[in-house]
Amino acid sequence: MPDNMRDSKVRNTKESEVRLNDTIDSSIDGSKNSALMNQGDDSKPWLNTPDLEGYFGPFGGRYAAETLMGALQELEDNFEKLWRSPGFQADFDRDLQHYVGRPSPLYFAERWSEALGGARIYLKREDLNHTGAHKINHAVGQALLAKHMGKTRIIAETGAGQHGVATATVAARLGLECIVYMGAEDVRRQALNVYRMKLLGAKVVPVEHGSRTLKDSINEAMRDWATNVDNTFYILGTVVGPRPYPKMVRAFQSVIGREAKQQILAQAGRLPDAVVACVGGGSNAMGLFHEFVPEESVRIIGVEAGGEGVDTGRHAARLSAGGKTGVLHGNRTCIMADDDGQIIESHSVSAGLDYPGVGPEHAWLKECGRAEYVDVTDDEALAAFRGLTQMEGIMPALESSHALAHVEKLAPTMSKDEIIIVNLSGRGDKDIHTVAAIDGIEV
Amino acid sequence: MSRIQTCFDALQAQGRKALIPYFTAGDPDKANTVAMMHGMVEQGADIIELGIPFSDPTADGVVIQQAHLRALKNGANLSWVLETVKTFRETNSTTPVVLMGYLNPIEIMGYETFVETAADAGVDGVLCVDLPPEAAGRFRSQLVEKDIDLIFLIAPTTTDERIGKICSQASGYIYYVSLKGVTGSATLNTEEVSQRVQHIRNYTDLPVAVGFGISDGPSARAISSTSDGAIVGSVLVKEIAAAAQAGQPESAVGRVGEKLAAMRTAMDNG
Ligand SMILES: Cc1ncc(COP(=O)(O)O)c(C=O)c1O
Repeated sequence: MPDNMRDSKVRNTKESEVRLNDTIDSSIDGSKNSALMNQGDDSKPWLNTPDLEGYFGPFGGRYAAETLMGALQELEDNFEKLWRSPGFQADFDRDLQHYVGRPSPLYFAERWSEALGGARIYLKREDLNHTGAHKINHAVGQALLAKHMGKTRIIAETGAGQHGVATATVAARLGLECIVYMGAEDVRRQALNVYRMKLLGAKVVPVEHGSRTLKDSINEAMRDWATNVDNTFYILGTVVGPRPYPKMVRAFQSVIGREAKQQILAQAGRLPDAVVACVGGGSNAMGLFHEFVPEESVRIIGVEAGGEGVDTGRHAARLSAGGKTGVLHGNRTCIMADDDGQIIESHSVSAGLDYPGVGPEHAWLKECGRAEYVDVTDDEALAAFRGLTQMEGIMPALESSHALAHVEKLAPTMSKDEIIIVNLSGRGDKDIHTVAAIDGIEV
Repeated sequence: MSRIQTCFDALQAQGRKALIPYFTAGDPDKANTVAMMHGMVEQGADIIELGIPFSDPTADGVVIQQAHLRALKNGANLSWVLETVKTFRETNSTTPVVLMGYLNPIEIMGYETFVETAADAGVDGVLCVDLPPEAAGRFRSQLVEKDIDLIFLIAPTTTDERIGKICSQASGYIYYVSLKGVTGSATLNTEEVSQRVQHIRNYTDLPVAVGFGISDGPSARAISSTSDGAIVGSVLVKEIAAAAQAGQPESAVGRVGEKLAAMRTAMDNG
């Protein structure tokens, strides 16, 4: 960790304390004391989050432009009401079962486990969902909400294109207009998904500003939402953004961990020793982790994109390489920023992990020590992509390959009686062009 | 009494409305920023909203986005913006300066350091687009202690309940955003704006200034006749962009001045 980052981390921790005090005296009517609410057990601050104002410790919150504040409240009111309603739950479960194809299998990767010579590794097969990734879970949930709220126009941002495809898919099914913002750089490297979205009837708008990746597509989606706020629902693709998005997206994704827990109990008769997932914004990871957060015997490990190596500065390892506490895209979280507070462009071979912020709950799970965050490089992820493909006949997305690459390091340090569940968040078809280009082949 | 209040009191006594130009500090370049501020005052600006450059201005349209990018390319950062205000204050001790921007640069600088330095530099108000009053608590008290106003936005979408809450936290003036959208959007419905401003006045005695969509003398006049002031940004920043594009950054002051003078004349002869 460079010294300047170390310093800023220390300083930022102080800021976090300030922030906690802020929360206490900030509520306008003075009647709420949110920082102290919902924190029944001080020794386990990772439980019962977020609080009513959307905070995970000092992280999260709602840092949005005034034009969007009403829409965010409307969204939260509808989500909180419907999420507790049996009718909505039944609709959501039915869609997950019959449209998405859940439950997704939990597959014991026997050959790969043996080759690594340590823990037994189970893959949570989100790649087998309709449209090929976990993103469809929260897209279905948010689309149901949009329908209930009478919104006629759907917007989304996308990085790898998986969230854009999932959103275009649910919009097509509901007959809603759909606009997907996508960084021009990502349009280039995820051409297949761009065409899929177009076939589904969505309009894909390339974003030419800034780093021309996921961060800029979120900026542009927020601008669209402010302009068309009356009829538009913003289907956000991960656990970032202002309250209620981190909690809401987690709620829709938490089916991953609930299923995985039941499945491992059925197959192995006990809980896993570790759960591992890649972390872009962090939705597939929170989806798997949420159910296991209270199970303290289970190690929780998030894997970030180390890009060309964290020493090169070209990476997206916000948590594991000493990012700063800051405010980006409506929430306080761990970000890659310079000493002037400007956002630093991230880098990763996988578009879905190429983001300089991260979900606020991940920042909190790290700060309170409940989860660990590590990074793996582009090269390590590519090697894992090839490894799993050849050993198990399963071609993972490059995002998911980051989680696999870490498991390749972790499993050999564990015994054969121990169990790892790794989230295979998506399939690799969309990345074949990228891998082929690295091999010098044009497909 | 704060410079902002003094300014509005004086205007009211004269039966005039505030003309409040915005530009991004460091655009078209760092060398002309103080000159731009003085030039704006000479052409009739009552208050200056000085933008703090930020890499991800999510509430701005493309014109002001590019201003942020130019300023960042020129090496402008928050510390330099604060120094710039201090330099401006060496020769102007009356015109209020409001820093406008996004929260992250302030958060990373540290709230305490920011408030101290801003007070020392002679900053009069702060407006953070992505800092709603709910989250402003302690920062607001730190600013108030130094006599710096924290200015909040009210939008067409703001509910009455929120208008009440925002007004109870606001000082300086209320910034009414005239339309749904980002800066630089086109259409302005004067009648609607007028009704909203009247409505907001039920909740506060603070001056209400209106921004977004004001582009020339007639629109500045129409808006200010139903409010306490007109805030203009994108149309001026376009002039700055043209100056930058032409490779004549020093011409930006004159180009912006011309636009402002036309608005001033239209507003005063209303
Ligand atoms: C297959 C896959 N996995 C992971 C991600 C990263 O997102 P998150 O961290 O929100 O799961 C993406 C994003 O596009 C993805 O497509």
